[in-house]
Amino acid sequence: MKITLRIWRQKNASAPGGFDEFPMDHISEDMSFLEVLDQVNEKLITDGKEPVAFDHDCREGICGTCSMMIDGTAHGPDKGVTACQTHMRTFADNSIITVEPWRAKAFPLIKDLVVDRSAFDRIIQAGGFVSVNTGGTPDANAIPISKVDADAAMDAAACIGCGACVAACKNGSPMLFVSAKVGQLARLPQGKTERYARVLNMVEAMEKEGFGSCTNTNSCEAVCPKEISASFIGALNREYFIATLKGKPVESAAGGG
Amino acid sequence: MLLLNFFRSSIGLKIIMALTGLALFGFTVGHMVGNLQIFLPKEHINAYAAFLQSQKELLWGVRIGLLVMVVLHIWAAIKLTAMNAAARPVGYNDPGKSATKATLASRTMIVSGVIVLIFIIFHILHFTVGSVQPQFYGLHDEAGRHDVYRMVIEGFRNPFISGFYVISVVLLGFHLSHGLSSMFRSVGLTSPAWRKPQELFAAAFSGIIVVGMAIVPIAIVIRLINPTF
Repeated sequence: MKITLRIWRQKNASAPGGFDEFPMDHISEDMSFLEVLDQVNEKLITDGKEPVAFDHDCREGICGTCSMMIDGTAHGPDKGVTACQTHMRTFADNSIITVEPWRAKAFPLIKDLVVDRSAFDRIIQAGGFVSVNTGGTPDANAIPISKVDADAAMDAAACIGCGACVAACKNGSPMLFVSAKVGQLARLPQGKTERYARVLNMVEAMEKEGFGSCTNTNSCEAVCPKEISASFIGALNREYFIATLKGKPVESAAGGG
Repeated sequence: MLLLNFFRSSIGLKIIMALTGLALFGFTVGHMVGNLQIFLPKEHINAYAAFLQSQKELLWGVRIGLLVMVVLHIWAAIKLTAMNAAARPVGYNDPGKSATKATLASRTMIVSGVIVLIFIIFHILHFTVGSVQPQFYGLHDEAGRHDVYRMVIEGFRNPFISGFYVISVVLLGFHLSHGLSSMFRSVGLTSPAWRKPQELFAAAFSGIIVVGMAIVPIAIVIRLINPTF
């Protein structure tokens, strides 16, 4: 098939950017989107030009590194997949495909399609630790967990931190990401020990990064490659509200320990 | 300090939006039911209005309460909108397309909200202060009560006025169609099992509000209610 890629090119954060068009011929419909970008780059390198910078790593949809808006949709039009798992058969022959980086103040652009997502790392770091027992392998099912909670925690844990939720949200809100991370640990006995301090610290870290607020438009869950439900956002709001009522835990000097 | 953080956080502001919105919605439902007395003989709505006016403490309590709710709702909306506008300094090639699956109502809350606010100001000037159509305002019925029945009917016989009211309540319904389901999630009173029922509640109640409110000016302008004065 024949397609034209319209890719955002920008040398660095301060340089002006713009779209470059790359007409591509002999594209197999079984190719992944990133493989087409590879072909664009091989051609650019052969011609002695600067290749398009884009983030990628595992290319099997589990690492959350690839990150691009394909025709206005985060990770492309295919539902429940990352850009690397989007195949060319999703697109019509002779189509013009616009490729842009994630756009958010909290995700500053580095080059072309690459943005800095360390804001997510700082939110995770603010979440702190989880108390678990070390030592020998524990017996299976030694800690009772209901099937419902285990399933919900697993759904939340599917988050790969790609940032598509922020990219798709009209407000650039990371609430789906934060709610997945908080929701995962708040449901499991292992994560409950630090439960309330964790949500307060993670929300505080989130607010510092310059993201927008959640207006419940559900764009995030529509583009999430792991199809994480926006209902987790409701659970995060509840968790944060309860944690605020309980107050931040203060370590007592007189406490036994 | 923790409380301060809460009200500064986007989640805290959204909870304020939700709770004040809920209070305003509750008032709207009561207001709609009261309005429907226009379909009864004139004694009913005039007696109802006279009753409300006689309860001065309650009346002013509700008015001040509503004003506080409106101010908080707008204050939180301004703060959140500014925060959201700053969160994406460089936009997308096609910003309308990038907000995948977001409903039109959810993307235009600030626009529908501003229009509803303009309507509310007009509405208060029209029927509470009486400065829009003063010729129909100071009238009294046989019992010496403020003639609300005549004021409303003479007012809505003007197709421009009734048209403006109908458009405004449709936009109010549009605003509520997103707001009423969003509110549950903002305060955290939701779960996957409750999501669909809450969305249905929002759709149903925004529809009820639109029909219940718009039916009054429509019935008058098409002369379905057509008393002679």
